[in-house]
This record gives sequence, structure tokens and C-alpha cells, in this order.
Amino acid sequence: MSIMGTRVVRREDPLFLSRGATYTDDLTDERLTGALHLTLVRSPLAHARITAIDVEEARSAPGVVAVITGAEIDLAPALLFGGANKGMVRSWLPTDKVRFVGEPVVAVLTEEAYQGQDAADLVEIDYDPLPAVIDLKAAASDEVLLFEEVGTNTSNGFGLKDEFDEHLFDDCEVVVTKEIVNQRLAAASLETRAASAVWGEDGRLTLWCSTQAAQSARDEVAGWLGVDAAQVHVITPDVGGGFGAKIGADPEFALVGWLAKHTGRPVRWNETRSENMTGMVQGRAQLQTVTIGGNRDGKVLAYRLDVLADAGAYPRLGAVLPMFTRMMAPGVYDIPKVESRARVLVTTTTSTAAYRGAGRPEATAAIERSMDLFAAEIGMDPAEVRRRNLLRPEQFPLKTKGGAPYDSGEYEKALDAVLDAAGYTGLRAEQQRRRDAGEVVQLGIGVSVFVEITGGGAFSEDASVEVHPDGTVTVLTGTSPHGQGHATAWAMLASEHLGIGIDRITVLHGDTDLIPRGSGTMGSRSLQTGGVAVHQAAGELVELAKQRAADVLEANVDDLEVVDGSVNVRGTGQGVTLAALAEKERLQVDSNFDSGAPTFPFGAHVAVVEVDVESGKAVVDRIVTVDDAGPVLNPLLCEGQRHGGIAQGISQALLEEVVFDADGNPLTATFADYAFPSAAELPSFTLLDMATPTHLNPLGVKGIGEAGTIGATPAVQSAVVDAVAHLGVRHIDMPTSPLRVWEAINAAASEGDK
Amino acid sequence: MIPVGFAYERPDTLDGALALLAEHGEDATVLAGGHSILPVMKLRLAAPELVIDIGRLAELDHVRVDGDELVVGAGTRHRTVESSEVVQAEAPLLAAVARTVGDPQIRHRGTLGGSLAHADPASDLPAAVLALGGTVVLRSPRGERSVPITEFYTGVFSSVKEPDELITEVRVPRTGTAGWAYEKFTRRANDWAIVAVAVVDGRVGLVNMGPTPLRAAATEAALADGAPIADAAALAAEGTEPTADLTATADYRRHLARVLTRRALTTAAGA
Repeated sequence: MSIMGTRVVRREDPLFLSRGATYTDDLTDERLTGALHLTLVRSPLAHARITAIDVEEARSAPGVVAVITGAEIDLAPALLFGGANKGMVRSWLPTDKVRFVGEPVVAVLTEEAYQGQDAADLVEIDYDPLPAVIDLKAAASDEVLLFEEVGTNTSNGFGLKDEFDEHLFDDCEVVVTKEIVNQRLAAASLETRAASAVWGEDGRLTLWCSTQAAQSARDEVAGWLGVDAAQVHVITPDVGGGFGAKIGADPEFALVGWLAKHTGRPVRWNETRSENMTGMVQGRAQLQTVTIGGNRDGKVLAYRLDVLADAGAYPRLGAVLPMFTRMMAPGVYDIPKVESRARVLVTTTTSTAAYRGAGRPEATAAIERSMDLFAAEIGMDPAEVRRRNLLRPEQFPLKTKGGAPYDSGEYEKALDAVLDAAGYTGLRAEQQRRRDAGEVVQLGIGVSVFVEITGGGAFSEDASVEVHPDGTVTVLTGTSPHGQGHATAWAMLASEHLGIGIDRITVLHGDTDLIPRGSGTMGSRSLQTGGVAVHQAAGELVELAKQRAADVLEANVDDLEVVDGSVNVRGTGQGVTLAALAEKERLQVDSNFDSGAPTFPFGAHVAVVEVDVESGKAVVDRIVTVDDAGPVLNPLLCEGQRHGGIAQGISQALLEEVVFDADGNPLTATFADYAFPSAAELPSFTLLDMATPTHLNPLGVKGIGEAGTIGATPAVQSAVVDAVAHLGVRHIDMPTSPLRVWEAINAAASEGDK
Repeated sequence: MIPVGFAYERPDTLDGALALLAEHGEDATVLAGGHSILPVMKLRLAAPELVIDIGRLAELDHVRVDGDELVVGAGTRHRTVESSEVVQAEAPLLAAVARTVGDPQIRHRGTLGGSLAHADPASDLPAAVLALGGTVVLRSPRGERSVPITEFYTGVFSSVKEPDELITEVRVPRTGTAGWAYEKFTRRANDWAIVAVAVVDGRVGLVNMGPTPLRAAATEAALADGAPIADAAALAAEGTEPTADLTATADYRRHLARVLTRRALTTAAGA
């Protein structure tokens, strides 16, 4: 029986649940014996000139080995994302200016970790405050510049050269426009950032760090330190969550490496939660102006998306993500005219980068909100408006108005499935009943239909499969699991070809000496690239084994089959084990799979919420989803990804927001203030199965990691608005907190009184 | 998240704790459950020279009936308060409110006296004791005194408790079967209340509606005059000075106080 598509339990879990994982800060590697501990003195101001730094008192504090300022660092300031405005560079430790609260300014190295903060408290830094730049429109005005020598706060522009078409909406009977906020979110991975570094006598740096991509972390750190990538050995221990925020390296990692070189001793660094909540990259943070137009029969004719995106103080990956937002602007809809542009701006805040969805949730939220606004304006059921505008199956593959090459999709089928499973007609009747009765707890129903990109950017991945003489198997992968379960899933893929049980298959990742090439785990890419590469490598190993077995068995290759770890001559009982073949000659295959293109998973969500119209509090009662990512390798892992994604999607809609005050002070730097959800805030999820394969890889698989987030957010937001729509509310920005809902109801009431 | 260095003492007796407190006064801090003081110390917002751990003093851990009063030792864990059959029978509001504090792990550590002494206006239990009309018993080497909870709080994180005093017990009237209710409004299950309202026997305690826990005096007066619940509840925010923060504006808090008071009074009335 094939192992493919079965619910193999995660082999990672027994260790995680008993002994616990080994994160970077847990390492007891002998190479780190005698390591110094790094404590960073961080800026308490969002925007200020540094006028003086006095470290003398700190230098004499107990346990202090070194106190380092930027004056001592011989590295050039770095452009942290190559595609950004070239002048927007970050100093390793600034001596002139700080640009966000939490920016490291002084490095304190102590013998013991506990001595670090005491010494850091003795560092005196004088600042001359400058005005903070928080609001994106204020940033765009360039009145206060973060980088005076650059002359603008614009880091990147997408589509800015062309003027918008003034006739875009000429044919429309109805046009609706709205400014909406896609709020800033923190990844809030349970493991904060950490790195440890030591230089060997061979002149190579060994760097342990918490990352989603060891190989690109190696390349970035090497580049920042000005050494050859071959001189850097990155090792990724267990990683406690990333959600996009741990793609590649953080500048702190390179600083740890530089300090290890400078002091000639190993250096360890781990941050506090509050440091993480200002220091680790954050996500989303777009201000969107949507305009949608069409006819009263429900047909949408034109759509415009105008984005201001927040890069934070020093542009990182967030500077390029609006490109995905533009690409996915029309979503699942066949809209004749679509245009978009995006301006990315620096602000005196934490830098932004990828967060579960990374540019696509922002597109989906914008178009789905627009569909709701249009439906409300023409007085048509929002599910019906969607249905009338969906791309049809026979149109695939196609290039969209956003420029995306959609591979496959069954959007109406997904919509029908969730409406049917949710009992949509009955829900609407119950909603009407509650409205008619004027009940305190009103029902809201939100519908989203979405499509996203997975495996965008890095289409290629390596895998190596080797059968050893003892019959065990080693799989090397360039993906970088941090919760996804690749040790289980990749073993399943190898097992399927080799007929060797997964308990005898070891999957290794994240050591750049062992696996020099790889693109890591991000953008839901792993299965459709790295998984397929393992599948391909194992298949190639079977062919290699057959060739060799043909000689041993004096048989025709075409008569051979691999069963239970042996190459057998069909119908004869004759055979030779793979282990025996490996005994004679190393039995190993390196393979690379390159899809050449991303895939486009899709789905539909129905969210049902109850809103207490007196208090404004919304509670999600049900969510019913189709998240179609093609054939499912392991339903358990797939459902886990959907659950986590849906949870984070609901949470963006209801709870989470990173907030800075007008002076740039972070107001959500602890878990008491940053409202990520617990199980108590979430309902059970109803997951429907649908599997539409892609033609872009032999398994037909697409990515599942981010689907739930992308679909759930607009469905839940829409449901909250829908619950109070009869009171005159058309829109509530996320998070739809009780305060916001109550204020929206009040605003609609006073509007109605006029 | 490493606090400034401090000395640590864990006296074996209440008298030993009081002697230490008398000796060190404001340089010392008292540790019971630790869920308020330890995070503050780890964030370096407090840096006591001495931490006096009273968390294991058996003398402070008791629940008993004394005449017309239920007496709860200051060191009694929230978990004990919520699950005690005596508390459930004599002051069911107190047991129910204890059950809304944090999560089970926190309730196994945190203490009633600690919660009252911390004087956080967002805490649940001070308002519950306020609604119950309770008394805080304080002791120092100078002697013992009882302070009605209505006179205990002086501001945010401050009370009439002197630096050398410890809360030893909390006394509340035995309200028995009198109608009660607790309406706690949060965004997430484990959050502090944005606003909460404790009602028992016609008295109304408000959480997070000002620098201290408050009684909704106008509501209570209206109820005493026989006003309908809805009319009385509409007065719940009178005389309050709620603050604004990330989760609420002052106006929103006043609104919530009115809504939650109406709901709590309705529940308490058994309607």
C-alpha cells in the first residue's frame, strides 16, 4: 500500500514533547566553550542624532570583557535588501543617528549572560531627538527624511512611472472607493532570534542561528562580513517558528560573527521578548486605496489598487513584497480593467519583511473588501457578486491582468463547496431573524475566495538520497523545516520509491557544509520544490539501483522492480537488497528539481461570527474552508498548516496589530499588549477537501503553508462588518476590535441621524 | 529579562517576615505568587534590594468562617479561593471572580493578598472585595489594624498599607445566597479586564474605571431607591475617571460600565 496521502504522524514530535527541542540558545557544543555573551544597548528613541556615547563606566562593570561602539567596527554600513534604494544603509552600530526604537547602538560582551544588562545600564548615550515618521502619508511628503543624503523616504516604487488611466471607470454604473489599512503584524515566533559564532583555526566562521534558510543566511553574513561564502559554515539547530520573519540572516547575526573575530572568543546572543518585538522584522503594513467599478447586474468592470507600503527604518524584504500584492491584485476575478501601483516608504519603525502570506494577503484583503463594498453598494449578495466575476476553469492556464501565470483553478467549485457546507442560505435566514428581532448578538457571515502564489521567487531545489550498507537512508534537503514536518514528509517521499520504512530514513537540513545549496523554507515552497526534488532523487536512485542490480542479477532492467528495499526480478523471487548494492558501491543520487514557475493554490472561506452590538465584541463561531493546494502528501501535516494559517488569519482580522505612538514608541512590545490569539479565541475549523493538481511538477502539488491566512483574514473581517451592516456600517479596519466595532456602529448611527 | 541583583529571604514565620519588612521598609519587596512583581523586576521597572518571599507561609493560607464573616488568609492561592466549598457557599462572588484571574497556572501561584496589595485597578479581586464590602487586615510589628476596603486604595498601585505592613487576611461578609454576578470584558480569554463589574447584594464594584477599584455609588443609590435595573445601570459610570489605552477610550469604558452593570444586575436579580 502506498504511503502517499496517508496520515503518518510526525516523527519529530516525541522528542519535542519529551526532552524538548534544541534551539540555538540551548546549544552545548564544545566549540562554544567559554563563549562571551552579547547584550545590545538599544535606542529608546525612534529618530535622533547621537551626540555622545560614554562606555567607560560600563567597561569596568563586573564580568565585562568588551564594550564596542560603531567607531570600532571596520565594516561598511550595509544595504540589507539589495533591491532597495541604495542609500538606505544600516550601520552595524550607529554613531551618528538612530532610526527606530530598538536599534542596537552599543555591544556589551560579558563572561556571563546575567552580567550583560547591568553593564548595559551603565552605558550613557546622549541623543538629540528628531521628529518621528510614523504615518505613511507623512513619510511620502518627505518633510522629515530618515536619510537626508538620499533626499527621499521612498525606498521602492512599483508602477509609479505610469499615470493612472483617468477613464478606467468610465463604463461603470457604480464606482466605490475606500482607503483601508492592512495593519502591521509581528510574527511573534515563540523562539526569539539567536545566534552563536566561533572562528576556527582554519579561519572559518561557524555560525549557529535561528533561520528559515541556512544557505542564504550564510551568503548574507559572508557578504556583510566581507568574506567568501566558503569561509562561513552555518548550522541551523531546531527553530521555534519563523512565519517568514526568519528568512535568511539578521544583521545581528553578522555582528555576533564580527565580535567573535574581534575578541577572539566564541560569542553567544539571544534576545528578550521585548527586544524581539522591536528588533525582528514585522509584516503587512500597507495603506491601500481601492476603487472598484461595475454594473448593477453584479459585473465588475474595473479595479484599481493604490498602495503605500511601510518598509520600516531600513528596507528589508518588505520593500519588494508590494510587487506580489500588485501581481495578485485581481485575485480570482475576471476583471476587464485592472491597474495598480505601490510606493514603499521608510518610517522610523521596525523594518518589515515577510509574514505568512507576504504580499498576497494584502492583495486578497484589498480585492475581497472591494467586492463586499461593491456588493453593498448595488445591494446584491456578496457571494453572488463573487460568483458572477470568477475566472472559469476553462480559462486556465492564463496570464492575469496582474501579470501572474495562473496554472489551475476551480474557483466556483470551491465557493460552492464552502457555501454548501456552511449552510449559507440558512445562515442568511438566521441573520435576518436576529435582525428583525433586534437581538443583542447579531450574526455576521463573511465569504472570501482567494488565490495565492506559492514557490514564488525560488523555483529550484536540491535533494540527495543515499542508501547505506546497513539499509538505512539519508536524505539531504535544501529546505529548512521549522515546524512543517519535513523529517516526516520527505521520508515518506523517499520511502514510497525505496520501499524502506520511514523509521530507517533520516532527513538532514540546515548545515551548509553538508548541504551547500538550498533555498530554505518560505513562501509555501517546500513541498513543490524540495519535496519534489526528494521524490525525483529517490526515483533516480531506484533507476541507478536497477542498472547495478541488472548486472548482479544478470537480468534485464525492464524486468526489475523495487519492493521493500530490494531490487527484484519480477515474478522470480530473485533479488538483491539496496543495502547490498550500497555495500558494493556507494548508492547515492544528487538531484535538482526546477519547476521554472510558481503555482497558484486557491480556495474559499466562509466565516460566521457573532457580534455583541452593545459591547462591539466579535467572536468567531465557525469557519469553513477549502484550501486547494493540489494532491495532499500527508493530511495530518496539511491540516496542521491549514489550522495554523487560519488561526493567524482570524487573528489579523480580530486581534493583532503592532502599534507605534506618534513619537515612534512601540506600544505592543510585550505579549500582554500584542494580542495574538490563544485556542480560547478560536473555533473548531471545518476543513473541506479539494485537490486540483498543477501541471508544473510530477506530484501535482502546490503550497499550503499560507493559504489559511490568506483566505481567513478577509472572510472574518467581512463577517464582522456583515454582522453590523444592517446598522449602516460598510467597513471596519482590522483588527476589528470591540472598540472599533462599537465606534463604527456609533459613527453609522450619527451618520443616519443627519 | 534579568532583574537587577537583589537579596532574597524566605522567613519561616509571619513574625520573621514582619521583622524583615520593618528592618528594610521600602528597600524590600514582598513576593507571594510573583506574577505581578517578577515581570516588573525582570523589565527592570522595579529594583528592590531585598525580596521577602512569603509564598510558603502556612499562617497566611487558610479559609474559615468567623461569625458573620468569611476570612481568607492573604496567602491563599486563587485556585484555593475558586475551589473552596466554604468560599463558594459563603461568598460565591469571590470564588467566581477568582476563577477569572489569568489561567490555571497563574491561579495556582497568585494569592488573594498579593492581588489586593498590588493595587492594580485592572485586577479582578479588589473590585470583588469592594463589592462584598470587605475588610483588609494589616499587621506590622507595631500591631494589627483593619481597614475597610473602601478606604484601602489611594491610587494606581498605591494603598494605605505602610511599607512595614503585610496584609494577613481578608474578611468579607457572608453573603450566602444573595444575588451576585461578575461581568468581565476582555478581548482575549487571559487578558486583563478592559472593564469588569462585580455585583452582590445590591453593591456594585467596578474594575478599571479609574485609578482605584470603585463602587458605582450612583447606581447603588438608585437601586436602594427602587429604581429599575436599566435606570440604575445607566448611572454606573458617574463619578468614574477611566483612562484611555490601546484597547479602549474613556468613553468606551464608560459605555461598557453601563452595559456590564446592567447585565450583572440582571443576572444577580436572577432574571
